Amino acid sequence: MTDYSKGENILMKGIAVSPGIVIGKARLVDRSKQKIIYQYLINEKEINREVERFEEALELTKEQITNLKKGMSESIRQHSFILDTHLMIVDDNMIKDATREIILEEKVNAEWALKKSVQQIRQLFEKIDYEYIRDRINDVENVVERILRNLSGKEQDSLSEINDRVIIVAHDLSPTDTSELNTSMVMGFMTDVGGKTSHTAIMAQALKIPAVVGLESVTRKVQDGNLIVVDGYKGEIVINPDDDTIIAYQEKELYYQKYISSIVRLSHLPPETTDGYRISVKANIEFLEEVSSAKDNGAEGIGLYRTEYLYLSGKEIPSENKLFNDYKQVAEIMAPAPVTIRTLDIGGDKLMSFQEFSKETNPALGLRAIRFCLKEPGVFRSQLRAILRASVYGNIRIMFPMISGLQEFLNARKILVDVMNDLEKEKMDFDHEIKIGAMIEIPSAVMVADILAREVDFFSIGTNDLIQYALAIDRGNEHVAFMYDPFHPAVIRMIVQAVNAAREADIEVAMCGEMAGDPYCTSLLLGMGIDELSLNIGAIPMQKKLIRSLSKKECEKDLKSIMKMTTTEEIRKFIVNKTDPLMPELENMDGQQIPMVFTA
Amino acid sequence: MEHTKILKIENDLGLHGRAAAKVVELSRKYKSKLYFKKDGKKKIDGGNILSILTLSCGKGTEIEARAVGEDSKELLDELDLLFRGKFGEPK
Repeated sequence: MTDYSKGENILMKGIAVSPGIVIGKARLVDRSKQKIIYQYLINEKEINREVERFEEALELTKEQITNLKKGMSESIRQHSFILDTHLMIVDDNMIKDATREIILEEKVNAEWALKKSVQQIRQLFEKIDYEYIRDRINDVENVVERILRNLSGKEQDSLSEINDRVIIVAHDLSPTDTSELNTSMVMGFMTDVGGKTSHTAIMAQALKIPAVVGLESVTRKVQDGNLIVVDGYKGEIVINPDDDTIIAYQEKELYYQKYISSIVRLSHLPPETTDGYRISVKANIEFLEEVSSAKDNGAEGIGLYRTEYLYLSGKEIPSENKLFNDYKQVAEIMAPAPVTIRTLDIGGDKLMSFQEFSKETNPALGLRAIRFCLKEPGVFRSQLRAILRASVYGNIRIMFPMISGLQEFLNARKILVDVMNDLEKEKMDFDHEIKIGAMIEIPSAVMVADILAREVDFFSIGTNDLIQYALAIDRGNEHVAFMYDPFHPAVIRMIVQAVNAAREADIEVAMCGEMAGDPYCTSLLLGMGIDELSLNIGAIPMQKKLIRSLSKKECEKDLKSIMKMTTTEEIRKFIVNKTDPLMPELENMDGQQIPMVFTA
Repeated sequence: MEHTKILKIENDLGLHGRAAAKVVELSRKYKSKLYFKKDGKKKIDGGNILSILTLSCGKGTEIEARAVGEDSKELLDELDLLFRGKFGEPK
């Protein structure tokens, strides 16, 4: 055991994604995968039961894969052989017999035994000379994940059984993991991988739990039960802190809390510049539960309702009625303020648990969002029906993600119109004038923004993807993430181009990416003349306060100067010099980076 | 009854997932047991997809197939056809 009183003060730096400071005990979640697998000793009777449990899990797995095969749509049936392969893997001696033997001989639980046999398989696969064959290990991992899930359905210790207040330490967390977490027991998150837009980040912000990601090797340095400080403002963690360190962090947290409550008190004032320009500030949300908190923090509507959660949290695609109830409630609580619902923005792999999709070597450029919806119109139509039916209960707007050009938008709108006709025939009520917008998040959409602007009711610029695609940077990749930069002249020009196209066509233009909540971008966006900023709830009070201290004319002048600048560094320096004096409270925080996101 | 046959992998992708799956499928139709051997190494179970994959057979590899049982000859004949037909892959 580690002697806490001594304190090692091991400091690690990562990326701050959700603010706040917590001090607590680490709960390590399995290094490469998310599952927690324990080895324990059992008696004869338990061993036999364990073998049975394993065999039942195999049967269940086969049943699920067979069902998956049956449920495949025509368009993807040609790939069903992959599922045949998976069925064979479940039955394979290297899995079935080897695991059974390990349970019997080593007297361990099924999960542990399975994990051991997979390790042996992995070693054998590493020796294969041909990449194409070697890669089939992915199929093995996939099947094993499924077996593990089926085991955990019974007795496996899983994330849902965490019943101490802990800080979760994991390589990465998937939506499935976080959906089974008992979140009231989680004090903080730390992960090896991930960036500001990773699922862990979004989840932690929504739950108001401090999180640091991109720590690279934290799962190797932390042990279960270690005392940890998570500083979600600065993106740092301390393993085994000494008493002085603990006190210092506690003081820092108090200071932040005081500052935050001071700005929250002002959050209901309108976001109006000193020279009378009125911009709209709205909230990005992911869960129905966030709506009231959005209102409390001064949101003037929901500018982005991410709809993926309901699809990811259950084992099946949610029913139209389930979706309808959810959308209806959001619309009702927020009414008369608008709620912009973004249609499904995920890849086929996440939704269909169908392996052909996950084999994409480049999922960011693959079958996802609107592309996926157009390919699987059944899924798309059911969501559109739910949105339309909910539209009579408030002020709902629809937005299609990842629109790359006009044809794609027209195709999506055609399906929407189809669905409208159906509803009309069924005598169902809906908002016939519902506004339909396009996300501007692919560079090609910026280039044809003038064409799109003639057909859509509004734009919403999604900066996270736009920057990623424009600069060819994967923010989840810790080696290049530092080059992801909203101040790149190309990014600024693209946004200006999209905004100008919207102005020409006299349609509204919103921004819902992370830039919209970044205090350093506020003057830039005001200068461009964006109509609406939609941001994380926690950042709203701060952003509104900042807007009220800026002058639109001044921002426009600054933008003119910025447009003449040639490098990212030059632009950043200019902006930081202008912005820092506007936020004097933050300068007092012992020279720390300004947290981009605030939790109230 | 026991028969052996040397088989050559002639398709571009080698004994990859789909090809290996076809071999397993084929072997299940017969009563005989099927084994493979490569470069004089230990024989592997030909009804086991992961064993076939880990045998690591790319284009041009030769392997020895051995079938043991009453219908071993028929098994090997059909297997030979499958290999010659490049596992039904285009080209």
